[in-house]
Amino acid sequence: MTKKIEHTHPYIPNSVLEVRQEMLRDIGFENIQEILNTIPKKLRLNRSLNLPDPLPSEFDLKKHVSEILSKNKSCTEYLNFLGAGCWQHHVPAVVDEIAHRSEFVTAYAGNTYSDLGKWQTFFEFQSMMGELLEMDAVSLPTFDWGTAASFAIRMASRMNIKKEVLIPKIISPGRLSIIKNFCNTGSLSGNIDIKLIDYDPETGLIDLQDLENKLSSNTSSVYIENPSYLGTIESQGDEIARLTHNNGAELIVGIDPISLGLLTPPINYGGDIVCGEIQPLGIHMNYGGGVGGFIATRDEPRYIAEYPTHLVSITDTIDGGFGFGYCTHDRTLYAVREEGKDFTGTTVGLWTIAAAVYMALLGPNGIKEIGHTIIKRSHYAEKILSEINGIETLFSPYFFKEFVVNFDSSGKTVNDVNKFLLDHKIFGGKEIVKDFPELGQSSLYCVTEIHNQEDITRLAETLNQAIK
Amino acid sequence: MKKKLGLIVNPIAGMGGSVGLKGTDGKKTLSQAKQLGAIPRAHIRTTEAFKELSSIKNSIELYTYPHEMGEEQAKVCSYTPKILGSISKGKTTSLDTKNAAKDMLNHKVDLILFVGGDGTARDIYEVVGDKIPVLGVPAGVKIHSSSFAINPRAAGSLATKFLQGLIELREAEVMDIDEEAFRQNVLSAKLYGYLKVPHEEQMVQNVKIGSIPSQRETIESIAWEIISNMKEDYYIIGPGTTTKSILRKLNLEYSLLGVDIVYQKKLIASDINENQILKIIDGKKSKIVVTVIGGQGYLFGRGNQQISFKVIKKVGKDNIIIVASEDKIISLKGNPLLVDTNDEEINKMLKGYFRVTTGYRRSMMYRIA
Amino acid sequence: MRKYHAPVWNEPIIMEMGHKGERGIAIPFIEEDIQKSTKDAKFYIPNKMIRKSPPNIPEISQPHILRHYLRLSQQTLGMALNIDLGMGTCTMKHSPLINEELVKSPYFAEIHPLQDENTTQGILEIIYKFNRYICEISGMDEFTFQPGGGALGIFTNACLIRKYHEMNNDLPERNEIITTLFSHPADAACPATAGFKIITLYPNSETGLPDIEALKAAVSKHTAGLMITNPEDTGIFNPMIDEFVKIIHEAGGLCAYDQANSNALFGITRAKEAGFDMCHFNIHKAFSSPHGCMGPACGAVGVRKELTEFLPVPIVTFDGSKYHLDNDRPNSIGKMREFMGNIETILRAYSWIMSMGPDGLRTVAETSIININYLIKKLTKIRGVTLAYPKQNIRLDQARFSLKELKDETSVGTDDVARRIVDFGVQEYFTSHHPWIVQEPFLPEPCETYSKEDIDYWAEIIRYTCEEARTNPETVKTAPHNQTIKKINTKALNDPNQWALTWRAYIKKKGKSKQEHLSP
Repeated sequence: MTKKIEHTHPYIPNSVLEVRQEMLRDIGFENIQEILNTIPKKLRLNRSLNLPDPLPSEFDLKKHVSEILSKNKSCTEYLNFLGAGCWQHHVPAVVDEIAHRSEFVTAYAGNTYSDLGKWQTFFEFQSMMGELLEMDAVSLPTFDWGTAASFAIRMASRMNIKKEVLIPKIISPGRLSIIKNFCNTGSLSGNIDIKLIDYDPETGLIDLQDLENKLSSNTSSVYIENPSYLGTIESQGDEIARLTHNNGAELIVGIDPISLGLLTPPINYGGDIVCGEIQPLGIHMNYGGGVGGFIATRDEPRYIAEYPTHLVSITDTIDGGFGFGYCTHDRTLYAVREEGKDFTGTTVGLWTIAAAVYMALLGPNGIKEIGHTIIKRSHYAEKILSEINGIETLFSPYFFKEFVVNFDSSGKTVNDVNKFLLDHKIFGGKEIVKDFPELGQSSLYCVTEIHNQEDITRLAETLNQAIK
Repeated sequence: MKKKLGLIVNPIAGMGGSVGLKGTDGKKTLSQAKQLGAIPRAHIRTTEAFKELSSIKNSIELYTYPHEMGEEQAKVCSYTPKILGSISKGKTTSLDTKNAAKDMLNHKVDLILFVGGDGTARDIYEVVGDKIPVLGVPAGVKIHSSSFAINPRAAGSLATKFLQGLIELREAEVMDIDEEAFRQNVLSAKLYGYLKVPHEEQMVQNVKIGSIPSQRETIESIAWEIISNMKEDYYIIGPGTTTKSILRKLNLEYSLLGVDIVYQKKLIASDINENQILKIIDGKKSKIVVTVIGGQGYLFGRGNQQISFKVIKKVGKDNIIIVASEDKIISLKGNPLLVDTNDEEINKMLKGYFRVTTGYRRSMMYRIA
Repeated sequence: MRKYHAPVWNEPIIMEMGHKGERGIAIPFIEEDIQKSTKDAKFYIPNKMIRKSPPNIPEISQPHILRHYLRLSQQTLGMALNIDLGMGTCTMKHSPLINEELVKSPYFAEIHPLQDENTTQGILEIIYKFNRYICEISGMDEFTFQPGGGALGIFTNACLIRKYHEMNNDLPERNEIITTLFSHPADAACPATAGFKIITLYPNSETGLPDIEALKAAVSKHTAGLMITNPEDTGIFNPMIDEFVKIIHEAGGLCAYDQANSNALFGITRAKEAGFDMCHFNIHKAFSSPHGCMGPACGAVGVRKELTEFLPVPIVTFDGSKYHLDNDRPNSIGKMREFMGNIETILRAYSWIMSMGPDGLRTVAETSIININYLIKKLTKIRGVTLAYPKQNIRLDQARFSLKELKDETSVGTDDVARRIVDFGVQEYFTSHHPWIVQEPFLPEPCETYSKEDIDYWAEIIRYTCEEARTNPETVKTAPHNQTIKKINTKALNDPNQWALTWRAYIKKKGKSKQEHLSP
């Protein structure tokens, strides 16, 4: 039997019956049905929605949802080595406090006057990212790294009116799938051809010969990642840039910003458009809901004109203070509908705020230190795992945060190993057997500043047992 | 640095309307109007427009002509203008308007604000062309040209924003009807050319200012759409900058105000009349490319009478390509497109929804009444 | 009128704050063993790739960072703080705090998306059940929650239409998407990005709705589909919507229902009854997930059975005892977003639906209908305010008004009024999407969250401001006066020599900052 909800619901002030009646009378109706009758009968649902009985009591609701959620195993109780595009880092308490402020959580599209704090925080995000990247133009983030890369490729294509992009095979298959949806229009207009570039199976580096062979005057852009999906650091950036630019193409580089305390920003080796993922900058994994992508370029009108995303600019007020507004808003669909540059909309504002607070907390020293801790600990893990009989690690020594562990000589499959680890409350690395068959029974391990020596030792010991 | 604003008032503009005459072009009509008791309204309209300029008054240097051609009105609004030229008070003619425009051109003013009607716009156009920006304060009886703001206040506001560098320019048609014919109830509108006019996008939200794509880019993208779909037909291209951008993009010579024919992306005939068109397309597959002319949304019958009902009949309804920027469609405020082909049957045939190409790979369904 | 002034902290840009050597947080130190048994970091980075100089971000202690961002949060007028009913199409509704507690739980926040599905049964259950509920609400058969916002949802619909015609070998012949001028601009922009030509139906100037004759003139063998909002961004519900769908279907196209404005439709009318093939909802709007300063969001996309094979993967399935991630869909369009999308929005929406139940959802719809029509009654009494398309007497959820009469009379326009009303402690209103064919527009949406008194007060602010436009127009034109900052120079935003998207660009273009160093 359906329990009737009480007439008033705590979320709805005007669910008070008398008030509704009074308002209805004010607008000249006896009852709501008279209004609903303006919708043709054939379009109306002639029954109640078939949904569960409500739990209007907050206590009941919390209990109900919490009980379901508690069926999850979290990375706080399990030891987690999964990364592959969403990484476990420490989220400082200050970030959580700010990112959960009701003011920020419930604000939306208000202008610089009523939402100055939001705009300023956005500008500070762009400014600190600009320093990390040594680039003067940074946009508000888009949905994730994959869409950021897609937009960057489309920007380049609009700039040089060419329709081909070269992408290394050493890329996340999920990200590549997103790029395909944005670039491959099938036989419709605007198709951008995607050509894949080989990588060296020894080093993970891009095969320059293959790149050179595939580059032509038709190439609009070359998209590389640094570090790559498999954690390798690409050292031939300047050479790739030279080849790319010689063919009149743009070099797009995707990066993980948490590496930028140690790694040189792409602009220094010739990157024209830089994009990447902001999730490492103080955003919880949220089952993958913590991702967000950024795009940055030099501050040149030819680039600015092609951004699909919002760009926050600082400007003056009439009394000499400062305020903010959208730069060249007319680019966007909001001003010119389908004439706009691709599209933007509600993306990841709250994560932008979290990332701003995170960068401020780290400062120039913190970003360097966290890079150090990550690179030391991940190499320590790689070292002690590689010492285990039956385990090989690939692409050493040049990787950051993630590295590939191969189980071929143990005779075990990644699945076997991960099952064993799971029984010991460890989430083993991401299985990459199907996506990179050339690497055999391999899996991608992620080690960050949250993994201490004890954690790494525990992993090594458990792996040792797993492959026996 | 102060901005230079030129003011030209046609003191007799609008006098015909109040007494049922159609315009005041020609001396005889004017005295007729005066006899009928017409009162000058240009004066009031000027003051209204200037009210909106008050916020930038101190950064304007005003240039105008003596007495009722601007000096008086300027002083009423507490300006101390630089007076150019000379006139005989109470007896101004269109020559004075042209002289004023010439002097302002020589003084390189940033904007000419003129108060008058279609005739005034034409006079100024003849002298100024597209050399300096111009904006009309509507005071005349005939307002077919789109070089006018919708009302004096809007003119003042547009001028203010333009002089502050907040808005850009667009090309606006200079149209006029033959007043003599009009008084005989024969409407014969002609397109004379294009002035450069300050323009504010009516449709962009809060953070507007500036506009990408600009009017020129929009027109280019329309041309690109037409060219990329061009078939083995004879293309009858009607007058206007929007339609003629197709020829410009094809690197062809064109007559801005006339009708040209393109075949296989080559110019076949230029600035031709109805009979010449009929002769060329006889027995051939052909298409008509037209744009909306003037503020009232005429598609046929105003400024492109060469594309007559006979031509339309021959080409066929399905081969009419309508092009117009979205901005232009929006400025019709929902009023339908109009046709006046002198043939009821053709007028009737053209009723209903048509696809208007508004850019590259984009179009809008809009109604012809 | 409430006496109000926004907080004014005069916070500097963070780039000017701090002191050399300060830090906001300490990083876990590297254990001695690890230090010893690994080489110097430089050994692991190719020489050319080593960063030469540290990034020029400020060095600030933790209390100062906290203080700075708390102050900035105070200078942000979140929905929770005000009568935020002016933002039409945004559905600024109450986001229950209990749901914020749930998403903060480590059982959600600390879950990695690639964990073994045996360890994510809880969240998979929520995704699966919510999928069933939203299917019931729309009449569709399966949803994906991957799209991270409404626009990405609409793009997903465009990709699904593209895939469908591709599978039928109908591309590139079918390359035109039809939409309407009052549909959300993304309904035009997203299919254009997907490679389609766009045909826009201009509304009838009496009804505000697209004419069926216009649609008939637009369809052809090139028609790929219809992407349409209903009610449109005017609040007017198109009662002929099923006829539109029929015409498109007869022409061989698919129909996507943009349900961004669906708050007044819960339990009343659905995509299914209107015949649609697919639809999308904004979970961060009608389903109460907070807007978060523009996200994270979700544009949930639902399709009818015949199209489920094309949906992005993975889809959560249930075998009667366990939940699974189904990746085995060979005809899937692949991925629209990495991982599963912004599932935090789904967790909140699940909890919200569980709190409302079917009757509660109906109350949401009915209340928002009553609220908007009550607001119309109030606003149309104000001199200078008119309702667009007045012959339509009912609006669902939102309504488009015009201040053209006010502008003609006073030269105070809608941008000015939007800037002025924030002086009374309410968020500005949304004027409306481009193009402004309703001149000087504004588009309020008093969804179920706002009380009669809230609406009365908001209408009073508009009345007061319109009156002020007559008596003291300069006050309105130079507004705001009680906000954190004064009116900005918008010209700089489009001037390459003046715009500055980062502090480093600002310093270059302006020389040293004008801001004095303020005491902390």
